[in-house]
Amino acid sequence: MSRLILPILIICLAVPLIASEFWLTQILGRSLILGITALSLTFLTAYLGVVSFAQITLAGVAGYTVAYFSANTAGIGIELPWMITMLLALAFATLAGGLIGLIAKQSVGIYSIMITLAISMAFFYFTRQNYSIFNGWTGFSGITAPAVFGVDFGDPVAFYYLCLATAFIAVGLVICFVASPLGLATQGVRDAARRVRSLGIPTSTVIVSAYAFSGFIAGMGGVLNVWHQERISSFSVGLGPTIDILIISVIGGMRHPLGAFIGAIAYVLIDTYAIDLISRDRFNTVIGLVLLVIVIASPEGILGTLKSVKERIKNVTN
Amino acid sequence: MKFFFIVFFNGLTLAALYFIAACGFTLIFGLMRTVNMAHGVLLLFGAYVGYEFVELTGQWSLGILAGGIGAAVVGAILQTTILGRYQGDELRQTLITIAISIIMADLMLWGWGGLTYQIALPEMLQGGVRLPLLNVGYSSVRLTLMIIAVVIGVLLWLLIAKTKLGIIIRAGVDDRTMLEALGFDTKKIFIIVFAIGSMLAGMAGVISGSALSVAPGTDFQFLLSSLVVVIVGGMGSVGGAALGALLIGLAEQYGLAYAPTYGVVFTFVIMVAVLAFRPQGILGKAEK
Repeated sequence: MSRLILPILIICLAVPLIASEFWLTQILGRSLILGITALSLTFLTAYLGVVSFAQITLAGVAGYTVAYFSANTAGIGIELPWMITMLLALAFATLAGGLIGLIAKQSVGIYSIMITLAISMAFFYFTRQNYSIFNGWTGFSGITAPAVFGVDFGDPVAFYYLCLATAFIAVGLVICFVASPLGLATQGVRDAARRVRSLGIPTSTVIVSAYAFSGFIAGMGGVLNVWHQERISSFSVGLGPTIDILIISVIGGMRHPLGAFIGAIAYVLIDTYAIDLISRDRFNTVIGLVLLVIVIASPEGILGTLKSVKERIKNVTN
Repeated sequence: MKFFFIVFFNGLTLAALYFIAACGFTLIFGLMRTVNMAHGVLLLFGAYVGYEFVELTGQWSLGILAGGIGAAVVGAILQTTILGRYQGDELRQTLITIAISIIMADLMLWGWGGLTYQIALPEMLQGGVRLPLLNVGYSSVRLTLMIIAVVIGVLLWLLIAKTKLGIIIRAGVDDRTMLEALGFDTKKIFIIVFAIGSMLAGMAGVISGSALSVAPGTDFQFLLSSLVVVIVGGMGSVGGAALGALLIGLAEQYGLAYAPTYGVVFTFVIMVAVLAFRPQGILGKAEK
C-alpha cells in the first residue's frame, strides 16, 4: 500500500489542472469531506472494534461551533477570528467524542450501535428544539470559508487543496495514533480487553481516548463541511447523514483508513450520477442495494475486493 | 391535578404502543442476537397493509391481524432468504437489516407516497368515554390500545412461560449451541420467532395508525423508541420491554407537557443513567 502513496499524492495534486469547478467542489471536495468524517468511523471500527452511529453528531458539534462563532445570517452567536473558531470546534468535537465514549464504554459490538444511534438521534431532536444555541429547525446559513493571507478558501481550487491537505493530515494522524502506545492499547482492547486490564492498563481510559480521537477527526470533517455547505441545520445531523457515513465506511472497506475515501468517492459518484441511470427519487433504493450487495458479497468493501482481485491475479501469473 | 392525570394517561397510551412495538424487537434480539434495524419498516408495512385491508373490508380488528400477518410474511422471507445465512455474524446482520430498511422505506414511499394515513376506526371506538373519579372524557381508542397491550403482554408471557415453543425459546436465549446440540432445528425456530416478532411490529403499526397516524418517518420513530426501550428495560426481556416502555412513554409525555423544549432530553437522561448503573438494562441479564 505504501508504494501507492506517491502516485496518489501526485494525481491528487494535479487534479485541479484538468478538473472542472463542478468536479472540484461537488465531487472531489465533497468526497474528501465525507471521507474524513467516515475515516473517524473506520478508525473506531478497525482499531477499537466498535461501530458508532454518532460520528455525524461529532462532525455536527464542530460544524455548529463554527457556525455559532462565525458571521451568519441567523443572528445568533459571537463572531471570533477563524483560527480560534476552528480550534474551538475541534476541541468541542473531541470533548463530545470523549463524552460519547464515557456513555458507551461498557458496550461492544451491536450494543454500541444501538447506544450511539440513540445518542445521535437525541442530539438531532435537541438541535431541532433548541433555538438559543442551535437555532432549531432552520439552523445557520451564510457561513463562509475564511480567507487566510490573501488566499480565499471559498475559491474552488483553494478549497480543494484545503480538503486534500486536511485529508492527508487526518490519515497521517490515524496512522500515528495507531502506532502509538495508546493506539496499541486500543487494538489490545479490541482483541482482548481482559488481558489489557490484567496488564494494568485501564480499559475505559483507552476507550474514551479512542472515541475522543475519533471526535477530533470527525470534527475536521465537520468544520470543512460547514464551510463547504455554507449552512448547517438539524438535518445535517439527522438520520440521513448518519446512515450515509455508515454506508460510505462499509462500501469502502473498514479495515484500512483509505477505505473511507474510496467509499466516499463511490458514494458521491452514485449520488451525482444515479439520476442518469434511474429516476432521482429512487436513489435510496439504489444505494440500499449497493450496500446490501457489498455486505453480502464482499464484507471487506471495495478496498478488500481490490486486494483479493490483486492476489488472484498474482496467483494466476505465478 | 386533572392535567397531571391526563398526561399520565397519555403516557400510558404511548407506553402501550411502545411496548407492542418493542416486544417483537426484544424477542428477536433475545433469541438470535439479531439487532433488527428493519423492525421499523416492518411496522410501517404492517400499517399500510392494515390500512388497505380496512379500506377494503371495513373490518378493523381483522385489519390488525392482516397487518400483523403481512409483516410476519415479509419477516419470515427476510430471515429465510438472507438473514438466516449469517446467523452468528451479528454486525453483518445488522448492516443487512439497515440496507433492507433503506430499500423497503424507499419502495414504500414509492407505493404509498408521502401521505399521512389514518386507519378508520369502528364506530364503537370513535369518540370517548368519561373516566370515573377524574370526570374527564378520554378517547376510547386509546383505552382500547392499553387493553390490547396488556392482552399482548399476557399472551406473550403465556407463550414463553407455558408452551413448548416458549421452552425452546427460553433454552435458546440461555444457550443456543446446547439447543442445537440437542437436535432442535434452530433454523426453523429462528424463522418462527422472526415471524412472531415481525407480526408484533405489523400489529403495532396498524394500532398506531388507528390511534395516531402513520407516514414515512413513523418507521424510524418506532425503531428508535424500540431501541431506547430495550436499552433501558434490558435487551431480550419482555418484562424489561414493558418496564422500559412505561418509563419512556411517561417520561416523554410529562416532558412534553411540562418542559416542551427539552422533552427529548428526559428520555436521553433515563437511558444514560441506566447505562451508567446497569449497562445490561434494568431487567436484562449480564452478558456472559
